[in-house]
Amino acid sequence: MSLKSKSISSKSSLNEDERLKKISPLRVLLNRPELGALGGSILVFIFFGIVAGDTGMFSAYGMLNFLDVSANLGIIAIAAAMLMIGGEFDLSIGSMIGFAGICIAIPAIYWGWPLWMSIVFAFAMAVLVGYFNGIMVVKTGLPSFIVTLAMLFILRGLTLAITRLITGRTQVPGLRVLIEDDPLAWLFATDTFKWFFTWLGSLKLIELRTDGTPLATGIPPSVIWFIALTLFATWILMKTRYGNWIFASGGDKVGATNVGVPVGRVKISLFIGTAVASTIFACIQVLDAGSADTMRGTLKELEAIAAAVVGGCLLTGGYGSAIGAAFGAIIFGTVSMGIFYTDVDTDWFKVFLGAMMLIAVVFNNYIRKKVTESK
Amino acid sequence: MSDYLVQFNNISKFFGKVIALKDVTMRLKKGEIMCLLGDNGAGKSTLIKTLAGVHKPDEGEIIFEDNKIVFDSPKDALDIGIGTVYQDLALVPLMSVTRNFFMGREPQKGIPFLKTFDVDKANKIAADRMGQIGIDVRDPSQAVGTMSGGERQCLAISRAIYFGAKVLVLDEPTSALGVHQASMVLKYIVKAASEGLAVILITHNVHHAYPVGNSFTVLNRGKSMGTFQKKDISREKLLSMMAGGEELDKLEVELQEMDRIHNKN
Repeated sequence: MSLKSKSISSKSSLNEDERLKKISPLRVLLNRPELGALGGSILVFIFFGIVAGDTGMFSAYGMLNFLDVSANLGIIAIAAAMLMIGGEFDLSIGSMIGFAGICIAIPAIYWGWPLWMSIVFAFAMAVLVGYFNGIMVVKTGLPSFIVTLAMLFILRGLTLAITRLITGRTQVPGLRVLIEDDPLAWLFATDTFKWFFTWLGSLKLIELRTDGTPLATGIPPSVIWFIALTLFATWILMKTRYGNWIFASGGDKVGATNVGVPVGRVKISLFIGTAVASTIFACIQVLDAGSADTMRGTLKELEAIAAAVVGGCLLTGGYGSAIGAAFGAIIFGTVSMGIFYTDVDTDWFKVFLGAMMLIAVVFNNYIRKKVTESK
Repeated sequence: MSDYLVQFNNISKFFGKVIALKDVTMRLKKGEIMCLLGDNGAGKSTLIKTLAGVHKPDEGEIIFEDNKIVFDSPKDALDIGIGTVYQDLALVPLMSVTRNFFMGREPQKGIPFLKTFDVDKANKIAADRMGQIGIDVRDPSQAVGTMSGGERQCLAISRAIYFGAKVLVLDEPTSALGVHQASMVLKYIVKAASEGLAVILITHNVHHAYPVGNSFTVLNRGKSMGTFQKKDISREKLLSMMAGGEELDKLEVELQEMDRIHNKN
């Protein structure tokens, strides 16, 4: 009797635990989309730690520098990754950055709007552009590649034409003076944790300027936005109903529709997401530089997609992660600055970018086969 | 009050000049498995879509629990409890068992505007439900892509039942499966019926239908050739009806004639 009941109980626990153990932690890790990008980041850090360890790349100032570059790319890469998981592309990200830039600069400089109002205006335009992209893709059923490629040209052209029409130039400078006392601009223009860097400086732990203030003044706003967006996107993807809808919409549009997922609405909202992320990128850059440039953001869409792909997103949708895209952006940011610190010609960065992407796609493809393999 | 859970009376559906369905009648009691048999082009898919609320019938009526029902959309059919499992199953291979099980209807917890997908609860229910059909889901977060065809079919059926189906409409659930997998699915269908569901099993495979069905409706060129109780009809008779019996009989006679002539020479 006792033997029998034991065999029953052990059988039920078999279902729960024992067979789970057979899958090694390594296999579980291998099934995560962000693994490749995480490994890649570690490799890149080790590599530059060895070849550029004594050049100042890993000083506080150097690190903030490459983190800033990574973070800027990361902001758009995360939105691009979410859209890719939802099964679509947005090639208009780069043009949207330029467009958002002049949407901030022209009203503020030429029309006398307060800066906060032009920032709100830029975000409103972003929502419109994203909505238009989304509704075009959803209603016509055309590939988003084509629709957003058209938008790439339209937005860039509009940016140039409008700027030249109103200002007679292609750059709009003079924003820096407007940042102070603006109720909104600080969100995109304030270095944080200054006290910490001042404190480190006072202890002579980080490099100082000749006047005694630290060379690295604080965490740039891009990094804060980057971290916040990574956490927010990961929370959405993994922990909310909407996140499940994103995976479902990208994984199988018809199936998802059949079980009641509002695929169209999900996709439109993701297009709005990429346009809004481009505008955050534009705000940070425009306020940092103090000027808007019509060519700002050129080719950024491809870098964002590359970072998302290195981060484990499948081009066919339905699979990927925001953390992966974040690490993808860190890889590109670190390498682009790392090459600058080493003696290697910076021309090689593009070679690296391409090679990295190729390796990532092959790797992702292999993972997908593993995941969908039938017993 | 009639005995029937659901009745489809004299359903007709026309697409322009084409008569896709004409006067098809099906009535099901609780716990009954009705097999809808028909060759390719017999009108099976049109009938399924009419049952599922995708098409509106041009003639005839649907009566569910003694109420006349008109479906405006597939959602209406779902809401009253007609759950349709299509051949493509509406499963995403790259997503986990749990995420598929609750796709579109995720359980939530937490405060408004910050509601989260209750993954633990969902995992537990999904593993539980799959366990009930004897599918040992090692880990509910494993991708559906790693499951066998039969397991996927069972997952899709189990999902329909969990979300309140009283009438299950199954579109060719065994067509792409091997013998072992098919029998697993059929066993589950019988189990579901024994728990009080009415099942409409659409198939062209009599060998799969005959052992599990209580009654059989044969569809040929858009018309019902009648509904037969199992005791009234043999497997061979069903098979010949489905294949358009007369034609095959004629063929057989012709072949015999040819044989005879051949032997004479």
